[in-house]
This record gives sequence, C-alpha cells and structure tokens, in this order.
Amino acid sequence: MTTATDMAEAQVEMPLQREPGVERRLLRRTLKPLIGTPVNAVVTLACLWILWLAVKGAWGWLVTRAVTEGGAQACKVGHGACWPFYEAKLRFMIFGVYPYDEHWRVLLAMVLFLGAMAVTMIPRFWSRRLIALWAVTIVATAVLIGGGVRGLPHVPTTQWSGLPLSFLLSAVGLALGFPLGLVLALARSSKLPAIRVIAIVFIEVIRGVPLISILFMASVMLPLFMPSGITVDKLLRAQIAIIIFAAAYIAEAVRGGLQAIPRGQHEAASAMGLHYWQAMRLVVLPQALKIAIPPLVNISIGFFQDTTLVTIIGLLDFLSTVRTAMTDPNWVGIAVLEGYVFAAFVFLVFSYGMGAYSRFLERRLRLGHD
Amino acid sequence: MIQPKSMVRWLAMSLIAGVAAVSAAPASAQSTLDTVKKRGKILCGVSPVAPGFSYADDKGVRRGFDVDICRAVSAAIFADPDKVEYVPLNTNVRFQAVQSGEVDILSRQNTWSFTRDASLGLDFGPVVFYDGQGLMAPSKLNVKSAGELADAAICLLPGTTTLQNLEDFFRPRNIKYESVVFENSDEWRNAFFNGRCDAITTDRSDLASVRAIANDPSQYVVLPETISKEPLAPTIRQNDPNWRDILNWSVYALIGAEEKGVTQANVDEFLKSEDPEIQRMLGVNGDFGKMLGLDNKWAYNIVKSVGNYGEVFDRNLGPKTRLGLTRGPNELWTKGGLLYAPPFR
Repeated sequence: MTTATDMAEAQVEMPLQREPGVERRLLRRTLKPLIGTPVNAVVTLACLWILWLAVKGAWGWLVTRAVTEGGAQACKVGHGACWPFYEAKLRFMIFGVYPYDEHWRVLLAMVLFLGAMAVTMIPRFWSRRLIALWAVTIVATAVLIGGGVRGLPHVPTTQWSGLPLSFLLSAVGLALGFPLGLVLALARSSKLPAIRVIAIVFIEVIRGVPLISILFMASVMLPLFMPSGITVDKLLRAQIAIIIFAAAYIAEAVRGGLQAIPRGQHEAASAMGLHYWQAMRLVVLPQALKIAIPPLVNISIGFFQDTTLVTIIGLLDFLSTVRTAMTDPNWVGIAVLEGYVFAAFVFLVFSYGMGAYSRFLERRLRLGHD
Repeated sequence: MIQPKSMVRWLAMSLIAGVAAVSAAPASAQSTLDTVKKRGKILCGVSPVAPGFSYADDKGVRRGFDVDICRAVSAAIFADPDKVEYVPLNTNVRFQAVQSGEVDILSRQNTWSFTRDASLGLDFGPVVFYDGQGLMAPSKLNVKSAGELADAAICLLPGTTTLQNLEDFFRPRNIKYESVVFENSDEWRNAFFNGRCDAITTDRSDLASVRAIANDPSQYVVLPETISKEPLAPTIRQNDPNWRDILNWSVYALIGAEEKGVTQANVDEFLKSEDPEIQRMLGVNGDFGKMLGLDNKWAYNIVKSVGNYGEVFDRNLGPKTRLGLTRGPNELWTKGGLLYAPPFR
C-alpha cells in the first residue's frame, strides 16, 4: 500500500503545485491515498462498508435493541445489551469481594495511584520530588486498602480483588521488576564471568518456564516447604512471582537497548575519566533505555493482561470478578456477552493508554532516526 | 466436582501426595479449635465460582451451599455465622491449602474418595451433597438412555475424572463416542445449546443448572444413568479428632434439625419441646456442647443463624432458585434419601 500511495503522490506532485488554495491541497493530499487509483477506491469503500457494519451492529446491540429495564428475565428474552446487569454488578465487577461499605477506600486509593501515575508521566514534573510523591502514595494506598489503623477496619488480602488487584499486581510487579531487571541486564553484559553466568542462568530459567507454573509453584510448593503453621500471604507469593518474572523479561529488553549502543560510547566515556557506574548512568543507560521503550511498553501491556493468570491460584483479579458476576445464579447464562465486553473494554482502555503514552514518550525523546 | 486445568491438577496431586508421604502429615502442636478461637475467625476454603455452591452476591458477600457449611461451623463456635474468612481456592491448590494450614475447613464440592482420604493426610466430614456424573441430550434426538449414544459427540469440561468416568462407562459396553473438551464453561454450554454436541456430561447438579439456563429447558433431557459416585464432603486436616467432631456434628445438627422439624423460624419454640433428643441437641439439657469444647447452645446457634439442612438446600439450590435442583438422594432417610444423622444422646 505504501508504495502505491507514494507513487500516487509522486504523480500528482506536478498539478498540485499549480493550485494555490492551501485547503484544497490539504484535502487532495488526504484523499489521494484513499481514492487515488481505482484499487484504492475499492479498498476504501470496502473498509468503510465493514466499518459501517461494525458500528451499526454495535449501536444496535448497545442502544436500539438494548434492554434497559427489568431484571434477569427481561434480559433473557431480549436480544441486546443487558444494562440492568451492569447496574446490579458494576461495583462487584470492579471491586470484587472487598467489603461493600468500604469500597470508597479502594476507589480513593485508585484515584491517588492513577493521579500519581499521571503526574509521573508528564515530563515537566520529572524531578527528585517524584520519589517523595511515590513514597507518600504507596503508604497512603497501602493504609487505605489494608486498613487496621485509625478506625479503618482491617481488610485481609483474601478480600482484595477486582480491578484494584489487577493494578496492584501489574504496577508493583513492573515497578519492582524494573530495577531488578536493570541490574540483571547489566550483570548479563558484565565482563565478570561469575556475575554473567548467574544472570544468564536466572534469566533463562525464569524465561524458560511459563508464568503460570511460577505462580503455581509459589502457591503450591512454597507452603509445603515452610514450617507447619507458618503461611506466607497468598497475594504476596503471587506478587513476588510476578516481580521475578517481570524482571527476567525487562532484563532482556534492556539488554537489547544496551547492545544497540556502539562501543565507541563506552570508550568515549572511559576516555572522559568516568568509571563504570558513572559511564552507565550518564552515557549508556539514558540512550539504551530510550531504545528499549517500545519493548518495555510491550512488556507492561503484556503483564497487565497476564495478571489474569493469577485466577489459577484462586486470586480474584478483574477478569475473575467479571466472570464471577456472570455466574451469579440470577444471571448465569444471561449476561455472558455483557461481561466479556465490559472486561475487553476496560483492558482496551488501559492498554491503549499505555501504548499512546509510549508513542508520546518516543516523540518527546526524539527516538526515531529521521 | 469437575474443574479445568487437568494436567496442572494431576501434577499438584502427585506433588502433594509425594510431600505428604515424605513429611508424614505433621501433627500441629495446637488444636485447630484453639487456633481458630484465638484468631477469632475460621479460614474456609471455597470455590472462587460455583453457582449455587459458592458465589458472591451483588455486594460481594459470599453465599452458597458450601459457604453455609462454614457458616454453620462458625455459628457453633462463635454464636455468629459470619466469623469466617473465605479463601477462594482452585481445584489444583485446594488440598495443599488444607495441609499447609492455609484453611481450617475446605468446603468446595470435594468428592470424597479412597485415595484422597488415605494418602493425602486429609480427613473428610459427613457427605453434605450426593452428586454423580450424568449425561444430558437434546430431547429431539429421542435418546432414552446413555446406551443409545453410539457415535455421539459428547462435550465435557477438562478434569481427570470426567473423561475417565465416561470411558469407564462406555468401554465395557463397547460403545464408540467422540469426546470434545472445552476449557471454558460458557463455551461448553453454548456449544451444546447450538447443537454442536449430541450430549454433554458433568455432575448431575451442574446438568440441572445448565438445563435451567437454557431458553427452553423442555428441549433437553437428563438421561437416567448416573455413571459415577460423587459424594461431596467438607475436608479438614487429619490428626485433629476434636476439630473433626465439631465439623461432623455441625453438619449432623443441620440434618438432625430437619429430621425433627426444627427450622430457623421455630427454633425458639422448640427450646420448650418435650422431646429429650431435641432438648439435648439444643442445649436445654445435658452438656453436649462442652464435650465438643463449645457452648451448649452450639446447635441452637447453627439453626438460628443458618437454618436446617433443608432450608440451606432450598435457599441455595432448591426449586425456587434458578438452579432448580430437586432433593433427589439429598433427602432425609425417612423420605427415601441418604441423609442420616446419628442420634444426639
């Protein structure tokens, strides 16, 4: 397609110059690739037609045919989206089995967390103060969700569930996995054989095993090796497994970035009199991490979605709470599509958000070789 | 109960069996009752999702048949049915969770079987639900019994025993069939409703709920054969006889109350009953609670807060719920069922 469009553009370069109107020129430039040649026109029309069908279908399901009133029975008879299901189950799908009257705490914690995230994402706020902001946010979030102080009832981790749990597992996993991964990446490209071998073995072993088995080991095997009566919190076990797993993948992404830095950079840094850590921190890593942004974002999105695997060890992540909502005896078999559509929508919003931010970051750091 | 992830489950079972054999089921120094009392709540392992047995309502509160068993034990110990922390457990980690002390009671549709009882360091309480694997077919196929399902495509959910039972049933009869395994129960159900399967197989209680979900339940018939025995019983650690007695008699109190016609609504009137067995059960006479290490009002508290067995069944699974199960074998022995509580004396 690209070549075809380029050719089409090349052909119209001459006549375009003769026309003065800027708007018309702009219009032509946009339309040329779409309807420039008969083939393009047909492809465009076909795409529009498919788009129209999709929009019409979605609109019909969500709005025109939707069941907006009544209970489960009305939805069973109807053929559209079942809004009463969302009305009854929305809070459950998001917050899970967290005590109903305490939902505001998790909500506040999530707002704080996403707020801190948003601030962190804006380049003009990049400074050491962010560390303080995160320290406060993490403590506040932990206190809000866990409770047990200042009259807030304690909520055990077995009741942490839904979207907050998915956030927690992926965010903490990536946040703690990143420094560990960075160290592993540096260790793997180290000149010291002992360190290199340890890093290689660690990374390859973790990467050679599916996340699901690591989770499974953490939840099944670990307690059997503990002295009787001592149990490590299940959530903590899963979290540690995810951190270790994330670290191995992040290490490889960062190593990719490190390898893209020409040797000359290392040598130049040494010639400047910088020792290893200074060279890494000031010269090599800033460039390597920039290059590693696309794979790192890829890992982030992947891990956000991979948190759904914790359902195998009985933690109720977001997808499990959605599926639990669908199996309430009042709704089972009725709101199947509604549940999955909602889950897909939420995952799409957050994954798209991460992707969009990475594109912004790449532009901002002028990564492309243009 | 049959659940997915069969391979992982098998792996877990062998691991657990191995470790249990090596460590020879460590006896805990402290009795479970003391631990539970000190903690102030029971840790109860349940299914994350099992319609009618364990599910969360609109407010995220756990409800269901299995949940009510733990609530009954909680009522017996604390005179409050809600001193329970529910730990959602999947099939592959459930027995390990009991062994490691992660839960005090596992009430999640476990089938009581010889190997589980004898080799995993576990004990089983009384059977709370008699289930068995059955088959269901669309009525338009005109199949009267499972023996007529030659060359049929039979859809099932993964699990070591589902397929095994099917195989054990059809192989000796020399009937060929095709098994189609679905990982996800929504897919599995829809495949059956859309006619991709000639029959489905799972536990009869599940078949009934699948049928209840169908647009027109009369289009499907549950075939008469029960091809396996699935007695579902709560599970605890071995080597704590007192804890086992508490669990056993909490369940028997539910059954005994139904036998005597004691319900949540009329239990207070029965305190004045002349029947000596009711007097002993409800703690009017004798020191029966003390013998278990509990309050003498233990059984009264169970019935007062949870109801009797029949009430628990009807509330969660009975004809008035969408699952619409009939009592079947889960009826009192006096009414032709299998439920039988030893005497309170």
